[in-house]
Amino acid sequence: MSWIQLKNVSKKFDDLEIIPPLNLEIKDGEFVVFVGPSGCGKSTLLRLIAGLEDVSSGQIFINGEDATEVSPAKRKLAMVFQSYALYPHMTVRKNISFPLRMAGVSNAEQVKKVDDAAKVLNLSEYLDRKPGQLSGGQRQRVAIGRAIVREPQAFLFDEPLSNLDAALRVGMRVEISELHKRLATTMIYVTHDQVEAMTMADKIVVLQNGKIEQVGSPLDLYRSPINTFVASFIGSPKMNIIEGVQASKHRSESIGIRPEHISISDTNGTWEGTIGVSEQLGSDTFFHVKCQFQDQSITVRAVGGLELAYGQTVFLTPDQKHLHRFDKSGLRIK
Amino acid sequence: MSTQQSRSAAKLMLAPAVFLLMAWMLVPLSMTLYFSFKKYLPLRGGDLGWVGFDNYTRFVSSSSFWPAIGTTFLIVGGVLVITVMLGILFALLLDQPFWGQGIVRIMFIAPFFVMPTVSGLVWKNMFMDPVNGFFAHLSKAFGSDPIQWLSQESILSLTIILSWQWLPFATLILLTAIQSLDSDQIEAAEMDGARLLGRFWFIIIPHLARAITIVILIQTIFLLAIFAEIFVTTAGAFGTKTLTYLIFQRVLESQNVGLGSAGGVYAIILANIIAIFLMRIVGKNLSD
Amino acid sequence: MARAISKKNKIINSLIAWTIGLIIFFPILWIIILSFKTEGDAIRSPIAVIFSNWTFENYFVVQDRSDYFKHFYNSVFIAFGSTFLGILIAVPASWSMAFVPSKRTRGILLWMLSTKMLPAVGVLYPIYILFIALGILDSRVGLVVVLMLMNLPIIVWMLYTYFREIPEEILEASRMDGAGLREEILFVLTPMALPGIASTVLLNIILAWNEAFWTLNLTAAKAAPLTAFIASYSSPEGLFYAKLSAASVMAIAPILIMGWFSQKQLVRGLTFGAVK
Repeated sequence: MSWIQLKNVSKKFDDLEIIPPLNLEIKDGEFVVFVGPSGCGKSTLLRLIAGLEDVSSGQIFINGEDATEVSPAKRKLAMVFQSYALYPHMTVRKNISFPLRMAGVSNAEQVKKVDDAAKVLNLSEYLDRKPGQLSGGQRQRVAIGRAIVREPQAFLFDEPLSNLDAALRVGMRVEISELHKRLATTMIYVTHDQVEAMTMADKIVVLQNGKIEQVGSPLDLYRSPINTFVASFIGSPKMNIIEGVQASKHRSESIGIRPEHISISDTNGTWEGTIGVSEQLGSDTFFHVKCQFQDQSITVRAVGGLELAYGQTVFLTPDQKHLHRFDKSGLRIK
Repeated sequence: MSTQQSRSAAKLMLAPAVFLLMAWMLVPLSMTLYFSFKKYLPLRGGDLGWVGFDNYTRFVSSSSFWPAIGTTFLIVGGVLVITVMLGILFALLLDQPFWGQGIVRIMFIAPFFVMPTVSGLVWKNMFMDPVNGFFAHLSKAFGSDPIQWLSQESILSLTIILSWQWLPFATLILLTAIQSLDSDQIEAAEMDGARLLGRFWFIIIPHLARAITIVILIQTIFLLAIFAEIFVTTAGAFGTKTLTYLIFQRVLESQNVGLGSAGGVYAIILANIIAIFLMRIVGKNLSD
Repeated sequence: MARAISKKNKIINSLIAWTIGLIIFFPILWIIILSFKTEGDAIRSPIAVIFSNWTFENYFVVQDRSDYFKHFYNSVFIAFGSTFLGILIAVPASWSMAFVPSKRTRGILLWMLSTKMLPAVGVLYPIYILFIALGILDSRVGLVVVLMLMNLPIIVWMLYTYFREIPEEILEASRMDGAGLREEILFVLTPMALPGIASTVLLNIILAWNEAFWTLNLTAAKAAPLTAFIASYSSPEGLFYAKLSAASVMAIAPILIMGWFSQKQLVRGLTFGAVK
């Protein structure tokens, strides 16, 4: 149980600055998600916290103590890798007990702790198998088990679900969230998938090019994105960003309106357009509407089952209450 | 991706290998260089003082030099041509499905694992001996005179022996390269209307180009240094003195160390030139 | 690239492949046959040879008269000795280059490989007199050292490529789990790299066993391995085909067997990974 603080932490590889000086605080017991596009530095940041990489400058405090020079093992953090990184030549039991063995825990203790972890993760039947004989989801759980037995101060997850198929991913998401509720340990989770971020996080850190764009709860980021990058990144399908005349009508360089905040009618509305591609999900329908004032189609969410013909003329009305305004540098206008 | 601690440990662990290889390089090499500038005849007077570049000019101007270059060129060139051409054909053959692939591969590859002295002596005696050899018996059965392989067609004989030894190497390398070719590419070509010869020429050969280059470079380096086969078959007689053998004779047989050392330096320079090309290709691979 | 083909083509391919295979393998097959014939029969025409009597006598004579097993033992000592010494020095070196690479790593690797290109004949005399001075001429130990140095680049290189194939994340996981350098190498790296290490050992034993430059020039009665022993048949007395065949079969048999298992390693090791 700890709080983690990064003070002016930066990272350079050769002469390339991947992460400019950065400050972040993570409270005890929080589920924090680092999210951002590929190459934004989220994994690097995680590895700096883990101690697998040295910081180029700055300090990292864990539970009040300066851990900047401390080796990974001594930081009492546990990491679940994207590829699970299980030891292929050891059984599940040996994999999970490995950190205990390294810590010099007695054999009897090891057996007990492994059995406990296996029960929590439904792995008791597989303890004598080797990773090669397990499915993706099972390997995932072994990796988590190996982290749990260490009873770490915080769990670090590096895109743990990206190697699983879609259905499994949804299930594991819930399991990890439940684990967090049960253990109440700080968890830092890295993903490029904003759906995972939104559904699992207490606090989301949005990163781009090594810089923190915004920190906040999922709903904060959804309702009040601080710039166009965060506005476009959070929420699926993406928020519609409109520039030009339509934006200057609202005294802004650009405005943003989410698909779910636009109503569609075939008789009247603020903007006129023609239907392009329509995506029928059953629960919702998404229309890509081509309007005169820009090249990019506007995405609109409508009720499931609504069928409109390709090329049909429609009218869109954005909900003024949920209209976002951005200035020349992409920042939010209050 | 590393940290300060692992970096210092790493340097320490690398040290013995680097140190040993450096010593292996510098010590004997500098000695060879040293001797090359002296007139040094251990059996006929010992150290007779500095002679500058005398040995270098004498080595190149000796009557044995150009014949040795020619011999080296013929043998190495001949082996390269045979092994690469046959290697490609055999690699294509082995890539096809047929019965008993496992055993056939053993048969194709076996010669490479036969030690050079066995190889040389078996060919010299059991096959090429003009009286009792296999070929001699065959010739007699067809009513013609047996070929005096090693005494008359000596360069051809050695080329045959060395090709036999190195064919498996070329075949194996080229087979590996062929099998790394995506079947998708070939099938796409088929869909595009390319027939057998077209597929061969436009897709397979370019893909093999790199492997062929490597085979040629590596074999050249090893073939230049061939020793045992010549030692046990002709001992350099009948015009089979390659550059390497010539140097060997100068240094260990006639014990003209200075002269032989100068020759050695030439050989080293030659090998290094070829090595530069090879290392460039290997280096490109390393950056992957 | 090989895919399903018609039965007719398969028959043709099989015929061609077996024919060429047998031709290439024939010399080895022939000496196996000759090794079981008497000297008198061994020089007769091929048909006569095949139908003459079989005998084991050559195998006994080779051992009795020329102490074959001493040379066999020398080969074993030199091949295994130089390989294991090489592994001892190469494992740490390859580890450090594979897992803690620096800007110089690529250069160091290429330099090491280039030392293998050095023509042995260029340093023959210095090594020769060095060995005399150190008293290790015609000694197994001396040869172990020389062959180790000759093959070290290949051993380092092969181990490097096998180590690189171990996912970095697994080693990082062990570090997070509290393993120090020693535990990391002992409990995680080595077990995972074992197949690669075994392959490297195999290939190098083969290369050292067959080495025929230093083994011919630096040994005499005491340390001569099989390469030199066979070379002594180049100035024989009387009829010797059958004995040479028997001696040769015994000299190459172990390597033929090992060679069969090491085809893939051969490609990796001798082309320095440039062909995949």
